[in-house]
Amino acid sequence: MPVYYLEFLVVALGLVMLMVDAFAKLEDKRSLARFGILGLGVVFLLLFLVEAPVSTEGAIWKFYSPADKLSLFFKGLALLTTILVLVMAVDYAPVVVAQTANPEPGAHPQSGLGEFFALPVFACAGLMWMASANNLVSIFVSLETVSITFYILVAYLRRNVGSLEAGVKYLILGALSTGFLVYGFAWLFGVTGSMELPAIAEALAKPGVNTTAALFAFALILIALAFKLGAAPFHLWIPDVYQGAPTPITAFLSVGSKAAGAIVTLRLVSPFLASPVLVAKVTTVLVAVAILTLLIGNLAALSQRNFKRLLGYSSVGHSGFLLMALASAPRDSADAMLPSTAIAFYLGAYLLMTLLAFLVLTSLRPVIAGEDLDAYRGLAKRSPFLAAALLVSMASLAGIPLTAGFFGKFFAFKMALDAGQWALLGVGLVAAAAGFYYYLKIAVSMYFSEPAKDSDAAAIRVNPLAGTAMGVLMVLIVLAGVAPGVIVGLFS
Amino acid sequence: MSTLELLVLLPLLAALAVGLGTPARITALAASVIVLALALILAVNFNTSLEGDGSLQFTSSRPLLDIAGFPKLNLAFGLDGISLVLVLLSALVLLSAVLVAPKEDAIQGSPRLYYLSLLLIGGGALGAFTATDLFFLYAFHELALIPTFLMIGIFGHGENRVRTAWTITIFLGVGSLILLVGLILAVGSLGGTTFDIADLTSRAKSPDHDAGTQSWIFLLLLVGFGILVSLFPFHSWAAPAYAEAPTPVAMLHAGVLKKFGLYGLVRLALPLAPAGAEKWLNLVLLLLLGNILYIGLVTIAQKRLDRMLGYSSVMHMGYAFLGIAAGNVVGVSGAVLLMFAHGLSIALLFALAGWMRERFGDLDFEKFGGLAKSLPRLGLLFGFATFASIGLPGFANFAAEVEIFFGAFAGEDAGMNWIRWATIGALWGVVISAVYMLRAYRGVFMGPKPEKLETPADLAWSDRLPVLILLVALLAVGFAPDLLNQYIRPAVNGLFLVSAG
Repeated sequence: MPVYYLEFLVVALGLVMLMVDAFAKLEDKRSLARFGILGLGVVFLLLFLVEAPVSTEGAIWKFYSPADKLSLFFKGLALLTTILVLVMAVDYAPVVVAQTANPEPGAHPQSGLGEFFALPVFACAGLMWMASANNLVSIFVSLETVSITFYILVAYLRRNVGSLEAGVKYLILGALSTGFLVYGFAWLFGVTGSMELPAIAEALAKPGVNTTAALFAFALILIALAFKLGAAPFHLWIPDVYQGAPTPITAFLSVGSKAAGAIVTLRLVSPFLASPVLVAKVTTVLVAVAILTLLIGNLAALSQRNFKRLLGYSSVGHSGFLLMALASAPRDSADAMLPSTAIAFYLGAYLLMTLLAFLVLTSLRPVIAGEDLDAYRGLAKRSPFLAAALLVSMASLAGIPLTAGFFGKFFAFKMALDAGQWALLGVGLVAAAAGFYYYLKIAVSMYFSEPAKDSDAAAIRVNPLAGTAMGVLMVLIVLAGVAPGVIVGLFS
Repeated sequence: MSTLELLVLLPLLAALAVGLGTPARITALAASVIVLALALILAVNFNTSLEGDGSLQFTSSRPLLDIAGFPKLNLAFGLDGISLVLVLLSALVLLSAVLVAPKEDAIQGSPRLYYLSLLLIGGGALGAFTATDLFFLYAFHELALIPTFLMIGIFGHGENRVRTAWTITIFLGVGSLILLVGLILAVGSLGGTTFDIADLTSRAKSPDHDAGTQSWIFLLLLVGFGILVSLFPFHSWAAPAYAEAPTPVAMLHAGVLKKFGLYGLVRLALPLAPAGAEKWLNLVLLLLLGNILYIGLVTIAQKRLDRMLGYSSVMHMGYAFLGIAAGNVVGVSGAVLLMFAHGLSIALLFALAGWMRERFGDLDFEKFGGLAKSLPRLGLLFGFATFASIGLPGFANFAAEVEIFFGAFAGEDAGMNWIRWATIGALWGVVISAVYMLRAYRGVFMGPKPEKLETPADLAWSDRLPVLILLVALLAVGFAPDLLNQYIRPAVNGLFLVSAG
């Protein structure tokens, strides 16, 4: 089966979900989400049946790279993220209904819920395509497929001011960054005369390349990518949008959008890093952005009182570690796969631990009204399972050994050490130490404090679907923390 | 799966089982009894004649990561004489701590969390002492630290317990981070292709191993491990933490987990950075005198039994440092033997102090007096523990301290050097520890009994059993130090052969 069938299947699944929502009279539209989970699960299994194409002559291969293991890995990440987002969306449905339902008599009590489940599936198709995009055009179109879906989803709670505010901020800044990206692509095309990444890499590596123009193109593209990744100084939208968006969409943004940004960054920056004439300057810029991102993300997270904002800043901080790996890419081609290995592993680990945290967050939504950190006090007494899940997630985000997060950070640190990036290494250590504090702060308030009010002391029920997902994620986090080879084996 | 792997994984699996809902106390007890049995089986089957060149026994290795550009990672375990002794220590203290732990219905809060944490601490310590892969050595120790924080914060006593839990978290967290930097630097400077400790050790012998880098590695490891072992001046977390921790946790941490820092110095810092060790020797001597003399005086000034015991455990670490600083077979063997002896004796003291705290509420010296008459068993056992802690002949502590002093004073030449002066200073520590332990004993057990003090029933069999396990082991090794020295000496010998090339 050719690899691009997967995206067609996912788009078809999304269309079927929309049609069913429109024409079948569903009693409870949450079954739509379960159908979506099932469908995406089937596509996930099909990933293992993909065959390499017999020839790469056809027109499609100009826009779409033949299946390599890394792009299949990223497609798997996209599918897994979307499945888990839909699991969260099932739990979150009452909130969406309350904010979107049609008040007219005779309307479906859950009107407006169906699209909330279908749109992430389209975003997933965009993410999967992006993993294989090898042409500036296909990179741009797939990136926009994802972005436009996110513009809708972020502002989905149309009676909630916070959600609308987040939507507007995201839309305006997102459109701006798209502008930078296109302008950068235009310059890059002007410098290299090609839209295809292999040809671009070849042209940039020539000694006669116009370095000023190439660096200008790089700067413009980096601005756009920094926005997608949430790297400083283009991270300002993150805390507000994370806080305002519906929680499952925050999770999707945090993982999906970050993975998309990282893949595109990897693809677009690698040609610059491989060019002997450009690598020194490009590295300097990347190091500066990485240092700034590490510091801002982790230090700003220290004082946050809102859980979603905290996770927002933490996501900025993790972008810093991703950039650290990228900026420390070895100069000789022997280890050319190293940055992609480190980044792919980091993203895999980040997916597991972040989605686990968001799953807990959505499961608690019915019983804990706000996202204030104090609301999590004494959680261990009310639900030992959810507290343990959050503990594992926080330990992994902090990078404690025997969790997946440790190896993510370790790879980045090892690369920085080998590359002799001492400033980056020092800042990374400060950032990691700050991370220890703010992640453990949550564990402490869960375990050491009594519930804030007596009325809060009731036990908490976990939806079996979400509970299973949490259990699986916990096992995977520990497994990847003990045997990182399990994940690495998936893409190399 | 080898016996050794089973020994390490059993407490972790038992912790998982407890987390999933098996009866907590019974599972923990069964696991720790089996662990002790396995440890004894390993000791019996350990072939001492194979030792001597740093070779390991009962080895197992499972590759987990092998990609270009990163060190190879294996889940690898193995034993030499030093590890074996520490495994025996961990198994003994784990069993005793689980026996000391309160019954399920007496625990305020979740008993499952309580026993799960104990098993994780024990399993983490066992893993750290037997891992032959640098990553897992570090990781298992971290694994044991997290439940320690949780236990102190949740089940500790005293109003300041959350603050204390934070203090120890920050101290040990920073210590671990410094340690991690040192270890990454060591791995990086030794080729960066392997985490295997034996391989790294043999690479460290190469003359290419830059002395400047070695100096940094040793300093980072000394500070990192030093914080974990409460080396002066990084000691201030220890006494409050032990005073406020639940009794089994105090036993496990002071008795077992803290020894990880010393183990790391012997196993990693000395062999991986021998030139650095030489360079920083005088700093180590100065700091260990701080431990022995300054903390010794601080200990005398304590007004509460549990705090006094906490400080005494900080003080005794100074002797272990002295043995390691001696840098010869006798001294380092003595340090290893002291890890075992001190681990048992401090666990013994904390167990008894915990029993007293449960009965009397708090442990201020001034409210006690004359307990020996009404509680003869407690008096007798506490007396034994006191003597062990001072290091009277007949207890393992004596054998260890004698070896350390001989080792530190060894040498052909007649002149005085720094380490000999330090040894003379350290000898005064013996007097200091006699002063505070005997004063405490006199204050609590001798003299007239205050009228207000109500005495409970004496130790029941269930209270005596865990204490006796520790005491018997202490006496056995005290009368026949060779029981353990037969394992330790050749291993230490091998260490020096390997590191000297």
